[in-house]
Amino acid sequence: MRAVGIYFARHAQALLAAFGRILRRPLASMFTILVIGIALSFPATLWLLVKNVERVTGGIAEAVDITVYLKPEVRLESAEKLASALKLRSTISDVTLISSEQGLAEFRELSGFGAALDALQQNPLPHVLVIRPTADNLTPEYVESLERDLAGFPEADIVQADTRWVRRLQAILQLLEQVFIAIAVLLGVGVLAVIGNVTRLEIGARRAEIEVTKLVGGSNAFVRRPFLYEGLLFGALGGLVALAITQAMIAALDAPSAELARLYGSNFRLVGLPLEEALRLQGAGALLGLLGAWMGAARQLSRIEARS
Amino acid sequence: MIRFERVFKRYPNGREALRDVSLQIDAGEFVFLTGRSGAGKSSILKLISLLERPTRGTVIVNGQDTGTLPTRAIPAFRRRLGIVFQDHQLLMDRPVYDNVALPLVVSDTSFRDIDKRVRAALDQVGLLQRERALPTELSIGEQQRVGIARAVVARPTIVIADEPTGNLDHGLARDVMQLFKRFSEVGVTVIIATHDLALVQEFGQREIHIDDGQVIA
Repeated sequence: MRAVGIYFARHAQALLAAFGRILRRPLASMFTILVIGIALSFPATLWLLVKNVERVTGGIAEAVDITVYLKPEVRLESAEKLASALKLRSTISDVTLISSEQGLAEFRELSGFGAALDALQQNPLPHVLVIRPTADNLTPEYVESLERDLAGFPEADIVQADTRWVRRLQAILQLLEQVFIAIAVLLGVGVLAVIGNVTRLEIGARRAEIEVTKLVGGSNAFVRRPFLYEGLLFGALGGLVALAITQAMIAALDAPSAELARLYGSNFRLVGLPLEEALRLQGAGALLGLLGAWMGAARQLSRIEARS
Repeated sequence: MIRFERVFKRYPNGREALRDVSLQIDAGEFVFLTGRSGAGKSSILKLISLLERPTRGTVIVNGQDTGTLPTRAIPAFRRRLGIVFQDHQLLMDRPVYDNVALPLVVSDTSFRDIDKRVRAALDQVGLLQRERALPTELSIGEQQRVGIARAVVARPTIVIADEPTGNLDHGLARDVMQLFKRFSEVGVTVIIATHDLALVQEFGQREIHIDDGQVIA
């Protein structure tokens, strides 16, 4: 138990010492942290962009509503029965029946052809069912299969659902996600290289100390420990800078995007990184820092031996 | 106990430092390794401390055949040795206290034990009042004593010293040798490589003379 206490005390000491070394060379440390922060902020911002676009297009439910124009001879009672039957399906969230009378009234109001419509001897519009799949079934594949299914109903005359643009949007979002992954990997490698190089230089500067430490019985793990903590701190602080950059960008873009949304009749607002994602960004920064330091230290330390 | 059995050491540059060396040093012995510069004294110390491995032959230290010791076990092996060098090998940007504490820090000793042992070691070498000083603020003789305190602080079974008095005048050299003698008297094996024959004669301990990589006497 005592040994465990000593072990953790040594780790705490190494962590504090690493923090002290970062503070002792403020300018160099600041630039390192800034580079890491900027590198991490690119994928974080792109991720936010994708997520916000997904939110904007989260209301595509209306766009993939399926409109079923019933045959003119279908009576209102039959249309209501059909609407009730479809509502019972677990994959359908809502069915709205627009009767031919409602349709005509709406058309009269919106089209400005009131007088012309009065000349008609009978209502030419059919009853219409507007069907909305549940959120889980808003995929173009399901919508298309439902469209085929509805077209087979004897009461159905025309069934319409335009899913092409949804497919296009999904493809764009998938592409953006791939771009996000590629950028994240590339910049992650960049962060590894930056921290690896900082560690390599630091080890070079402290070569004499390392040689003496090995001479008195310091293991590679002991010698490596402060460098790993330094990398970890660089990565975590870089993550904080990245978080600040992304949140600042969101704050700067919030008003213009809200205004743009307002012009389209939407009350959409950009959202920043939620706590969970912010913690992930921090964790990713710290992990990259640790890994970069490990890579920088492993090779360099194996070349340094105790000498007399 | 230290035993060399028909040991050869050839360096990568082709220099043959040791040729067929066999010797034994018992536990608690105080031994001088003598010989001119380049005779092979330092090579023997390097083989004992595993800074080098023999090209041929067997080196046994504390019952351990160093030739079979895996690299990862070397740090633990070295923690049982105390090593003193002519150029002290101190960390110049750390206070005396931290320099002496280093062997204990690397072996995960508790802070309380470190404090107790470092003060005891500094007291033994007469530097307790200088624990906060940087090595650069000390004289050469004091720096050498810090090196000795660091070598003995972890209570090693063997202390080896390579020309520990090389930079000191005779009076200081004598004081340093007295320190080593005291360690030997409490059961520590002490091996000192030196070419100061006057000191060797003055202390009258066992002498192993090396010449051209071979044990002469």
